[in-house]
Amino acid sequence: MKKVVINGDFAASYGALSAEVKFIAAYPITPQTLVVEKLSELVSDGELKASFVKVESEHSAMAACMGAEAAGVRSFTATSSQGLLLMSEVLHWSARARLPIVMSNVNRAVGPGWSIWADDTDSISQRDTGWMQVYVENNQEVYDAILMGYKISEDPGILLPTMVNLDAFFLSHTSEIVEMIDTEDVRKFLPPYDPKYKLDVNDPHAFGALTSPEYYYEFTVKIHKAMIKAKRKIQEVGKEFGDKFGRYYDMTEAYKTEDADIILVTHGTIAGTAKETVDRLRAEGKKVGNLKIRYLRPFPDEQVYEHLKNAKKIVVVDRSISYGKEGAFYSETKASLFDYNLFVPTYGMIAGLGGRDVSIQTIREIVKTAEDNEPNKIFFIGEKK
Amino acid sequence: MNQEKKKLTITIPEEEIMQAGHLACQGCGAAIAMRYALKALGKDIILDFPACCWSVIDGPFPYSATQVPLFHTAFETAAAVASGITNGIQAIGNDHTTVMAWAGDGGTFDIGIQALSGAAERNDNLIYTVYDNEAYMNTGIQRSSATPHGAWTTTTPVKHFKKGEKKDIDSILVAHGIPYLATTSIAYAEDMVKKYKRAKEIRGTKFMHVFAPCPTGWKSDPAMTVKLAKLAVETGVFPLYEVVNGKYKLSIKPKELKPVEEYLKLQGRFKHLQKDDIDYIQKKVIEKWEILLKKVEMFGE
Repeated sequence: MKKVVINGDFAASYGALSAEVKFIAAYPITPQTLVVEKLSELVSDGELKASFVKVESEHSAMAACMGAEAAGVRSFTATSSQGLLLMSEVLHWSARARLPIVMSNVNRAVGPGWSIWADDTDSISQRDTGWMQVYVENNQEVYDAILMGYKISEDPGILLPTMVNLDAFFLSHTSEIVEMIDTEDVRKFLPPYDPKYKLDVNDPHAFGALTSPEYYYEFTVKIHKAMIKAKRKIQEVGKEFGDKFGRYYDMTEAYKTEDADIILVTHGTIAGTAKETVDRLRAEGKKVGNLKIRYLRPFPDEQVYEHLKNAKKIVVVDRSISYGKEGAFYSETKASLFDYNLFVPTYGMIAGLGGRDVSIQTIREIVKTAEDNEPNKIFFIGEKK
Repeated sequence: MNQEKKKLTITIPEEEIMQAGHLACQGCGAAIAMRYALKALGKDIILDFPACCWSVIDGPFPYSATQVPLFHTAFETAAAVASGITNGIQAIGNDHTTVMAWAGDGGTFDIGIQALSGAAERNDNLIYTVYDNEAYMNTGIQRSSATPHGAWTTTTPVKHFKKGEKKDIDSILVAHGIPYLATTSIAYAEDMVKKYKRAKEIRGTKFMHVFAPCPTGWKSDPAMTVKLAKLAVETGVFPLYEVVNGKYKLSIKPKELKPVEEYLKLQGRFKHLQKDDIDYIQKKVIEKWEILLKKVEMFGE
């Protein structure tokens, strides 16, 4: 173990280093640029023995990763915002091709107007590509999620890619202490990638051929089933990671939810602020809790229900909006509760769009809004009138 | 009669890597192109196809006519995927397997040119083949930037046939400074096999431009495919040459170019052309041929 003080971008680079990826293709985009720069340095210095292709676009970054991964080579890339949107076509392609690529995505607003600040619209809009999506709270989790991501994605029963989402600037450019795991120990946790099927001259196959309605349906269902299966795998890997390295992870993280009347449902860095606010509100006598959702896909329906079933009010915070409806995490949470016939007053809170700060004061305002208003609709927190 | 028969030397490998049972149209130039390319390159090869006729020709799941590892990919990604494969396998110690992107003219001249330019600029170790049938044939004969002046396509109807020249993709690739570029034709199998063998031995990006007539899109007799490909060379419409490290070398130099009309008249896609149009095409063919000869003279070996 080695402790370093690094920003979230470097944590992503070091995650790829510790996972001993053999192939990287990447294109620079603010505020992800530092991931690419650090990886260039690590590869040039020989610290990471990998091929690094400096492609001419994010579209080609993902396409090149597909080629390498299909040839049985563990691959990594990093992107953000417009870059992720440009990749959209190949995000679908890589997932349908069942290629367990891991990518870090720095959540950044999309244009116009040009914005380089935190917002989830980029990754939320790619929800249905077949990529697993994990949202992280701090730089340690960036690093850990990449290592766990490969382990989960490369499972022969899953074989789906993982997108590790971290908030622009709040993580990408903020330094924190990150504990790096020794390579030997990582190897015991994450063995080398050795897929059963790959582009192999000794065992030739054609991948992704024209598929008639006779077969296409089943291929799609298999992806869905693999994604459902991944829920258990995510839990198993999170526990194994904790047993080995001391940091436990699950699909969700409940904080003081057991006796809470109001439960905040948050993700990403907002979860950290929410937990701090929960402590302060409790000190003032309010029974508030926080449920951090780590995975948007697969979505932890069972856990969401279990943790929220006794709440009197459920308050979901989104840093994006599906125009004409509401925030995605709000929709997903409500759908899970509906599946269990649980009808509790819910509130959708839109906060922090385009990098506007979500402070303890903002979370207080969110809780107060839920206390003072009728439920089952959305509220714009911090909107200038 | 001379008893000492001249021994026939077979320069084209006899092994058939591409199998029967593929789904190409009758007289498909692209099918012939693959057959010869694989004969030259052998089985130690990984292919990738973007959306193109070959996405269909190879056969639907679970069939494959090529019998070598193959990755089907999105339209504009042929070069990028090949870059990933070649750099990926090198990273795990494989420096012998040939990696070839195999794309149509739409996937190369148009939507795929960015990724191709990227791969060529990085000089990634791969062969990029464009089998050029001068339109989006798989999607139903729409014009591409490889469609020549005068041609009918479904998006350049007879009244408004394609105006403007075919994009000079070869000069664009030469300008990238790649180590090897060759124009080849399915009518000149030996030349084609020789060029692919040469490409296989060179490290870096190799660009192979294969002229592959399409009876379906050109409205030509399937039996005329090879003849058309030959006439394209003999008229100067599609000259055969190599560019090795920037040095131009003609592969076939007709003593005298045949009139372009001989080539045009065998194709329904040109049948609406008037004498003026044909004269114009003839003039442009000569102009380009002379430019090529100058390049050979200036930058030849």
